Amino acid sequence: MPLEIERTESEQAPSEVAAPDVPWITLVHNDPVNLMSYVTYVFQAYFGYSKEKAKKLMLDVHHKGRAVVSSGSREEMERDVQAMHGYGLWATLTQDR
Amino acid sequence: MSGYFKPVADGAGAVVSLDSAEISILRSLTAQLLELIGPGPGEDDPAADPLDALFAEGPSRPPADPVLARLFPDAYGAPGRPAEEEDERRSSEFRRYTELDLRARKREDGLAVIRDLDALDAGEVGGAELRLSPAESQRWLVTLNDLRLAIGTRLEISEDDETDRLFDLPDDDPVKPIALAYLWLGGLQETLVETLLP
Repeated sequence: MPLEIERTESEQAPSEVAAPDVPWITLVHNDPVNLMSYVTYVFQAYFGYSKEKAKKLMLDVHHKGRAVVSSGSREEMERDVQAMHGYGLWATLTQDR
Repeated sequence: MSGYFKPVADGAGAVVSLDSAEISILRSLTAQLLELIGPGPGEDDPAADPLDALFAEGPSRPPADPVLARLFPDAYGAPGRPAEEEDERRSSEFRRYTELDLRARKREDGLAVIRDLDALDAGEVGGAELRLSPAESQRWLVTLNDLRLAIGTRLEISEDDETDRLFDLPDDDPVKPIALAYLWLGGLQETLVETLLP
Protein backbone atom coordinates (compact mmCIF):
# COMPACT_ATOMS: atom_id res chain seq x y z
CA MET A 1 0.00 0.00 0.00
CA PRO A 2 2.61 2.64 0.93
CA LEU A 3 4.30 1.94 -2.37
CA GLU A 4 1.13 2.70 -4.28
CA ILE A 5 0.60 5.98 -2.48
CA GLU A 6 4.08 7.06 -3.36
CA ARG A 7 3.57 6.26 -7.01
CA THR A 8 0.32 8.22 -7.11
CA GLU A 9 2.05 11.28 -5.70
CA SER A 10 4.82 11.26 -8.25
CA GLU A 11 2.33 10.81 -11.07
CA GLN A 12 0.40 13.84 -9.93
CA ALA A 13 3.46 16.09 -9.75
CA PRO A 14 2.66 18.80 -12.29
CA SER A 15 5.47 19.29 -14.77
CA GLU A 16 4.82 23.03 -15.02
CA VAL A 17 5.89 23.88 -11.45
CA ALA A 18 8.94 21.62 -11.50
CA ALA A 19 11.32 24.44 -10.51
CA PRO A 20 9.38 27.07 -8.57
CA ASP A 21 12.48 28.79 -7.16
CA VAL A 22 14.13 29.31 -10.53
CA PRO A 23 13.65 33.00 -11.39
CA TRP A 24 12.10 34.32 -14.56
CA ILE A 25 13.78 36.86 -16.82
CA THR A 26 12.61 39.54 -19.23
CA LEU A 27 14.46 39.56 -22.55
CA VAL A 28 14.45 42.50 -24.96
CA HIS A 29 15.20 41.52 -28.55
CA ASN A 30 16.94 43.50 -31.29
CA ASP A 31 14.72 45.29 -33.75
CA PRO A 32 15.68 47.16 -36.94
CA VAL A 33 13.32 50.07 -36.24
CA ASN A 34 13.74 51.09 -32.60
CA LEU A 35 16.28 53.89 -32.11
CA MET A 36 19.25 53.21 -29.81
CA SER A 37 18.56 56.44 -27.91
CA TYR A 38 14.89 55.50 -27.42
CA VAL A 39 15.72 52.00 -26.12
CA THR A 40 18.19 53.57 -23.65
CA TYR A 41 15.51 56.05 -22.61
CA VAL A 42 12.95 53.26 -21.97
CA PHE A 43 15.40 51.32 -19.78
CA GLN A 44 16.07 54.47 -17.74
CA ALA A 45 12.46 55.65 -17.55
CA TYR A 46 10.76 52.31 -16.79
CA PHE A 47 13.38 50.40 -14.77
CA GLY A 48 15.04 53.47 -13.25
CA TYR A 49 18.46 52.24 -14.42
CA SER A 50 21.41 54.63 -14.56
CA LYS A 51 22.36 56.01 -17.97
CA GLU A 52 25.46 53.78 -18.01
CA LYS A 53 23.53 50.59 -17.21
CA ALA A 54 20.73 51.46 -19.64
CA LYS A 55 23.22 52.14 -22.42
CA LYS A 56 25.13 48.91 -21.77
CA LEU A 57 21.89 46.89 -21.95
CA MET A 58 20.88 48.70 -25.14
CA LEU A 59 24.28 47.89 -26.73
CA ASP A 60 23.87 44.23 -25.70
CA VAL A 61 20.48 44.17 -27.42
CA HIS A 62 22.00 45.82 -30.49
CA HIS A 63 25.15 43.69 -30.80
CA LYS A 64 24.15 40.34 -29.25
CA GLY A 65 20.54 40.36 -30.47
CA ARG A 66 19.02 40.41 -26.98
CA ALA A 67 19.64 41.27 -23.35
CA VAL A 68 18.24 40.29 -19.97
CA VAL A 69 16.74 43.52 -18.63
CA SER A 70 15.08 42.27 -15.42
CA SER A 71 14.51 39.13 -13.34
CA GLY A 72 12.04 38.07 -10.68
CA SER A 73 8.77 36.19 -10.31
CA ARG A 74 6.73 35.21 -13.34
CA GLU A 75 4.07 37.79 -12.42
CA GLU A 76 6.65 40.58 -12.18
CA MET A 77 8.19 39.61 -15.51
CA GLU A 78 4.78 39.53 -17.21
CA ARG A 79 4.30 43.09 -15.95
CA ASP A 80 7.68 44.15 -17.34
CA VAL A 81 7.00 42.46 -20.70
CA GLN A 82 3.63 44.19 -20.95
CA ALA A 83 5.29 47.54 -20.19
CA MET A 84 7.98 46.91 -22.83
CA HIS A 85 5.27 46.09 -25.41
CA GLY A 86 3.58 49.36 -24.42
CA TYR A 87 6.79 51.19 -25.32
CA GLY A 88 6.98 49.25 -28.60
CA LEU A 89 9.99 47.18 -27.58
CA TRP A 90 10.07 43.52 -28.51
CA ALA A 91 10.20 41.59 -25.23
CA THR A 92 9.56 38.06 -24.01
CA LEU A 93 9.84 36.32 -20.66
CA THR A 94 11.32 32.92 -19.93
CA GLN A 95 12.48 30.86 -16.98
CA ASP A 96 16.20 31.36 -16.35
CA ARG A 97 17.31 27.75 -16.65
CA MET B 1 10.34 68.20 -44.03
CA SER B 2 12.74 69.73 -41.59
CA GLY B 3 10.98 70.27 -38.29
CA TYR B 4 12.87 68.78 -35.33
CA PHE B 5 12.42 69.08 -31.58
CA LYS B 6 14.53 71.34 -29.39
CA PRO B 7 14.52 71.64 -25.61
CA VAL B 8 12.53 74.68 -24.47
CA ALA B 9 14.78 77.50 -23.37
CA ASP B 10 12.92 78.17 -20.12
CA GLY B 11 12.52 74.95 -18.13
CA ALA B 12 11.60 71.36 -19.03
CA GLY B 13 9.82 70.40 -22.23
CA ALA B 14 10.26 70.31 -25.98
CA VAL B 15 9.33 72.59 -28.84
CA VAL B 16 9.09 72.11 -32.60
CA SER B 17 7.97 74.25 -35.53
CA LEU B 18 5.64 72.43 -37.87
CA ASP B 19 4.29 73.76 -41.18
CA SER B 20 0.83 72.84 -42.43
CA ALA B 21 2.13 69.98 -44.61
CA GLU B 22 4.00 68.44 -41.67
CA ILE B 23 0.97 68.76 -39.40
CA SER B 24 -1.21 67.10 -41.99
CA ILE B 25 1.25 64.20 -42.54
CA LEU B 26 1.55 63.54 -38.79
CA ARG B 27 -2.20 63.75 -38.34
CA SER B 28 -2.99 61.45 -41.21
CA LEU B 29 -0.40 58.81 -40.24
CA THR B 30 -1.58 58.83 -36.61
CA ALA B 31 -5.23 58.56 -37.70
CA GLN B 32 -4.32 55.54 -39.86
CA LEU B 33 -2.55 53.95 -36.92
CA LEU B 34 -5.61 54.48 -34.70
CA GLU B 35 -7.83 52.97 -37.35
CA LEU B 36 -5.58 49.92 -37.51
CA ILE B 37 -5.52 49.48 -33.72
CA GLY B 38 -9.30 49.74 -33.81
CA PRO B 39 -11.92 50.69 -31.21
CA GLY B 40 -12.13 49.05 -27.78
CA PRO B 41 -14.84 46.50 -26.97
CA GLY B 42 -18.25 48.17 -27.29
CA GLU B 43 -16.80 51.54 -28.37
CA ASP B 44 -18.11 51.23 -31.91
CA ASP B 45 -21.54 50.14 -30.68
CA PRO B 46 -23.44 52.90 -28.82
CA ALA B 47 -26.05 50.37 -27.66
CA ALA B 48 -23.44 48.16 -25.95
CA ASP B 49 -23.47 47.83 -22.15
CA PRO B 50 -20.40 49.70 -20.82
CA LEU B 51 -20.02 46.99 -18.17
CA ASP B 52 -19.35 44.45 -20.91
CA ALA B 53 -16.18 46.32 -21.85
CA LEU B 54 -14.89 46.02 -18.29
CA PHE B 55 -15.12 42.25 -18.36
CA ALA B 56 -14.16 41.78 -21.99
CA GLU B 57 -11.32 39.37 -22.69
CA GLY B 58 -8.72 40.06 -25.33
CA PRO B 59 -7.92 37.79 -28.26
CA SER B 60 -6.00 34.58 -27.70
CA ARG B 61 -4.24 34.48 -31.06
CA PRO B 62 -1.66 36.90 -32.52
CA PRO B 63 -3.08 39.47 -34.99
CA ALA B 64 -2.90 38.46 -38.66
CA ASP B 65 -1.79 41.93 -39.79
CA PRO B 66 2.03 42.10 -39.62
CA VAL B 67 1.98 45.65 -38.16
CA LEU B 68 -0.40 44.65 -35.36
CA ALA B 69 1.60 41.46 -34.80
CA ARG B 70 4.68 43.64 -34.28
CA LEU B 71 2.85 46.07 -31.95
CA PHE B 72 1.35 43.19 -29.93
CA PRO B 73 3.97 40.41 -30.03
CA ASP B 74 3.90 37.04 -28.25
CA ALA B 75 5.18 37.25 -24.67
CA TYR B 76 6.61 33.72 -24.56
CA GLY B 77 8.92 31.81 -26.88
CA ALA B 78 12.16 32.51 -28.72
CA PRO B 79 11.75 34.76 -31.76
CA GLY B 80 12.69 33.11 -35.04
CA ARG B 81 12.27 29.59 -33.66
CA PRO B 82 9.19 27.37 -33.95
CA ALA B 83 7.02 27.98 -30.90
CA GLU B 84 6.70 25.20 -28.33
CA GLU B 85 3.20 24.18 -27.34
CA GLU B 86 3.67 25.40 -23.76
CA ASP B 87 4.89 28.83 -24.94
CA GLU B 88 1.94 29.15 -27.29
CA ARG B 89 -0.50 28.37 -24.50
CA ARG B 90 1.11 30.94 -22.17
CA SER B 91 1.35 33.61 -24.90
CA SER B 92 -2.29 33.10 -25.66
CA GLU B 93 -3.28 33.46 -21.99
CA PHE B 94 -1.10 36.59 -21.63
CA ARG B 95 -2.71 38.09 -24.73
CA ARG B 96 -6.24 37.52 -23.40
CA TYR B 97 -5.44 39.50 -20.26
CA THR B 98 -3.22 42.26 -21.63
CA GLU B 99 -3.91 43.06 -25.28
CA LEU B 100 -7.08 45.10 -24.73
CA ASP B 101 -5.26 47.29 -22.17
CA LEU B 102 -2.30 47.74 -24.49
CA ARG B 103 -4.54 48.69 -27.39
CA ALA B 104 -6.42 51.16 -25.19
CA ARG B 105 -3.18 52.82 -24.07
CA LYS B 106 -1.87 53.14 -27.60
CA ARG B 107 -5.19 54.59 -28.67
CA GLU B 108 -5.13 57.18 -25.87
CA ASP B 109 -1.56 58.21 -26.72
CA GLY B 110 -2.42 58.52 -30.43
CA LEU B 111 -5.58 60.53 -29.67
CA ALA B 112 -3.56 62.89 -27.45
CA VAL B 113 -1.16 63.49 -30.36
CA ILE B 114 -4.08 64.26 -32.69
CA ARG B 115 -5.56 66.68 -30.12
CA ASP B 116 -2.17 68.46 -29.79
CA LEU B 117 -1.96 68.78 -33.58
CA ASP B 118 -5.55 70.03 -33.90
CA ALA B 119 -4.84 72.76 -31.32
CA LEU B 120 -2.13 74.24 -33.59
CA ASP B 121 -2.78 77.19 -35.85
CA ALA B 122 -1.50 75.79 -39.13
CA GLY B 123 -1.88 79.12 -40.90
CA GLU B 124 0.78 80.85 -38.83
CA VAL B 125 3.65 82.38 -40.79
CA GLY B 126 6.83 80.33 -40.43
CA GLY B 127 4.90 77.35 -39.11
CA ALA B 128 3.02 76.64 -35.91
CA GLU B 129 4.94 76.12 -32.69
CA LEU B 130 4.17 72.91 -30.81
CA ARG B 131 5.25 72.97 -27.16
CA LEU B 132 5.19 69.74 -25.15
CA SER B 133 5.58 69.21 -21.42
CA PRO B 134 7.75 66.23 -20.40
CA ALA B 135 4.55 64.21 -19.77
CA GLU B 136 3.16 65.11 -23.21
CA SER B 137 6.56 64.33 -24.74
CA GLN B 138 6.32 60.76 -23.41
CA ARG B 139 3.01 60.16 -25.19
CA TRP B 140 4.45 61.63 -28.37
CA LEU B 141 7.54 59.43 -28.10
CA VAL B 142 5.47 56.25 -27.85
CA THR B 143 3.22 57.28 -30.74
CA LEU B 144 6.16 58.32 -32.95
CA ASN B 145 7.71 54.92 -32.17
CA ASP B 146 4.47 53.09 -33.02
CA LEU B 147 4.25 55.01 -36.32
CA ARG B 148 7.84 54.05 -37.18
CA LEU B 149 7.18 50.41 -36.24
CA ALA B 150 4.10 50.44 -38.47
CA ILE B 151 5.83 52.02 -41.47
CA GLY B 152 9.04 50.02 -40.88
CA THR B 153 7.03 46.79 -40.93
CA ARG B 154 5.19 47.81 -44.13
CA LEU B 155 8.50 48.80 -45.78
CA GLU B 156 9.94 45.47 -44.59
CA ILE B 157 12.95 47.07 -42.98
CA SER B 158 14.86 44.07 -41.73
CA GLU B 159 18.45 45.09 -41.05
CA ASP B 160 19.85 47.89 -38.93
CA ASP B 161 21.62 49.54 -41.87
CA GLU B 162 18.70 49.37 -44.29
CA THR B 163 17.65 52.95 -43.66
CA ASP B 164 20.49 53.87 -46.06
CA ARG B 165 18.50 52.14 -48.78
CA LEU B 166 15.58 54.51 -48.12
CA PHE B 167 17.78 57.58 -48.68
CA ASP B 168 18.90 56.20 -52.05
CA LEU B 169 15.45 55.47 -53.51
CA PRO B 170 14.89 57.13 -56.91
CA ASP B 171 12.48 60.07 -56.88
CA ASP B 172 9.89 58.23 -58.96
CA ASP B 173 9.75 55.24 -56.63
CA PRO B 174 6.17 54.93 -55.27
CA VAL B 175 7.58 54.12 -51.81
CA LYS B 176 9.69 57.30 -51.70
CA PRO B 177 7.19 59.61 -49.96
CA ILE B 178 6.48 57.18 -47.12
CA ALA B 179 10.20 56.36 -46.85
CA LEU B 180 10.97 60.08 -46.42
CA ALA B 181 8.20 60.35 -43.82
CA TYR B 182 9.73 57.37 -41.97
CA LEU B 183 13.15 59.04 -41.90
CA TRP B 184 11.66 62.34 -40.75
CA LEU B 185 9.71 60.59 -37.94
CA GLY B 186 13.03 59.05 -36.86
CA GLY B 187 14.57 62.52 -36.65
CA LEU B 188 11.58 63.83 -34.69
CA GLN B 189 11.76 60.92 -32.26
CA GLU B 190 15.53 61.15 -31.85
CA THR B 191 15.44 64.88 -31.08
CA LEU B 192 12.47 64.44 -28.73
CA VAL B 193 14.31 61.69 -26.75
CA GLU B 194 17.27 64.03 -26.39
CA THR B 195 15.10 66.63 -24.64
CA LEU B 196 14.13 63.99 -22.04
CA LEU B 197 17.65 62.62 -21.54
CA PRO B 198 19.94 65.41 -20.36
